[in-house]
Amino acid sequence: MNAPALHISGDLWLGQVALIRNLGLDFPAGQWSCLLGPSGVGKSTLGRLVAGLAGPFHLQGECRASDAVPLSGRVAMMAQDGQLLPWASVLHNVTIGARLRGQAPDTARARALLAELGLGGLIHRRPATLSGGQRQRVALARTLIEDCPVVVLDEPFSALDAATRLAMQDLAARMLATRTVVLITHDPLEAVRLADKAWLLSPDGACALDLPETPPPRSYNDKATLAMQGRLLARLHGMHAA
Amino acid sequence: MNGSVGGIVRGLLALGFGLALWQGVVWASGVPAFILPGPARVAESLWNNAGMLAQNARFTVVNLLTGLAAGVALGVATALNLALSPGARLLLRPLLIFAQAVPVFALAPVITLWLGYGAPSKIVMVMLVIYFPVTSAFFDGLMRLPAPLTDMAQLMRATPLRRLIWLQVPHALPSLASGLRLAVVYAPFAVVIGEWVGSSRGLGYLMLMANGRGQTDLMFASLLVLAGLSLTLFFIFEAVIRRLTRPDQGEK
Repeated sequence: MNAPALHISGDLWLGQVALIRNLGLDFPAGQWSCLLGPSGVGKSTLGRLVAGLAGPFHLQGECRASDAVPLSGRVAMMAQDGQLLPWASVLHNVTIGARLRGQAPDTARARALLAELGLGGLIHRRPATLSGGQRQRVALARTLIEDCPVVVLDEPFSALDAATRLAMQDLAARMLATRTVVLITHDPLEAVRLADKAWLLSPDGACALDLPETPPPRSYNDKATLAMQGRLLARLHGMHAA
Repeated sequence: MNGSVGGIVRGLLALGFGLALWQGVVWASGVPAFILPGPARVAESLWNNAGMLAQNARFTVVNLLTGLAAGVALGVATALNLALSPGARLLLRPLLIFAQAVPVFALAPVITLWLGYGAPSKIVMVMLVIYFPVTSAFFDGLMRLPAPLTDMAQLMRATPLRRLIWLQVPHALPSLASGLRLAVVYAPFAVVIGEWVGSSRGLGYLMLMANGRGQTDLMFASLLVLAGLSLTLFFIFEAVIRRLTRPDQGEK
């Protein structure tokens, strides 16, 4: 899979209000980039911008892929609530993309993916009968089967309990290893664990963060990870108070 | 199982209470039977006129069900068409709202004039009355696809038709069910009004005729049959809906 690098620069506007000025974001090809920042700073808006979704925002500047091919049709997205179809089985949920495009659903591949994600025995269940972690694994399978080189994860694990969240982070890191991932999160630990590159967003721009030398996913009890988490929490706390 | 038995017992208790109240009013007020016949007298009329009641009820039921089916089909087709085509929304929606502003019951004489005293005018009455609730309930459901699913459809490059089939329709089925519930409640009204305005058969006709001849007990008997039909229709509908929307029990 030829995942492109992404580049975003300029000012991000929400209607008549400037959300973030002087953006300069580089998301390296085939790696995880994390966007961290206080609520309302425009993290999700940036995610929608990358995904090419409509909204009351616009970018005065540019958002392009390194291979100069438009991003449209090459981005998959996964969000906090997973957006599973409540009326459909797990298997149907995972193959919905093919159905929506009028292609024959690749049921064999969907079954294999679900089995790999530990959901092999649940393929005929409805989302309402699954746990939060299981639902997010279904959403992950649906994101993976789309085979998009660019994946936007908008706070995908924030509704999960701490232990499930750690397991999902490891799983996602493994399954999305070769893609250009934009992870939007408000959890410093998540950013420090998963990011190849991380940015702290504020209305004045994006500030690149120093991350531990070790490659992600980093252990949550590693000293460098914890120290970095502490520093990030302090910075976020400071921004919130300001 | 226990619950349904309990429901039947409660229903019978309520029925018994209603009958007792009715008989009590008849005794206490001492009104003559041609104004308000007691339950026993109505039951007697029900028994004596069973054949005639059944014959007229059949006419009413066939028209009611035909009109219901046709009206639902037309309403569903309209809603799907509106959801799929912005042009249709632009043209048809104001028309639909205007049409709803005209009380359909007031059109009954015109419909009878155009379609005659037979079955077609009753069927069209039912269709007209239920068309709007079905169309508007289903259409609202179709247009209220949650924003995250709309985003998903866009990212997955869904075609409008497939988006309708795989996302909008399943999402709108509960809304359609509420539209159908209204339709099931309105349809008996509509068919009886159609028969009142002009008919030589049907329960509505029988009621008017019995009333004109001072056979109040027969009128009440017709009314009871009609109420029984409406309730049966409603309970069958509810049972089907419950069956269809039953929450998933787990693995198939």
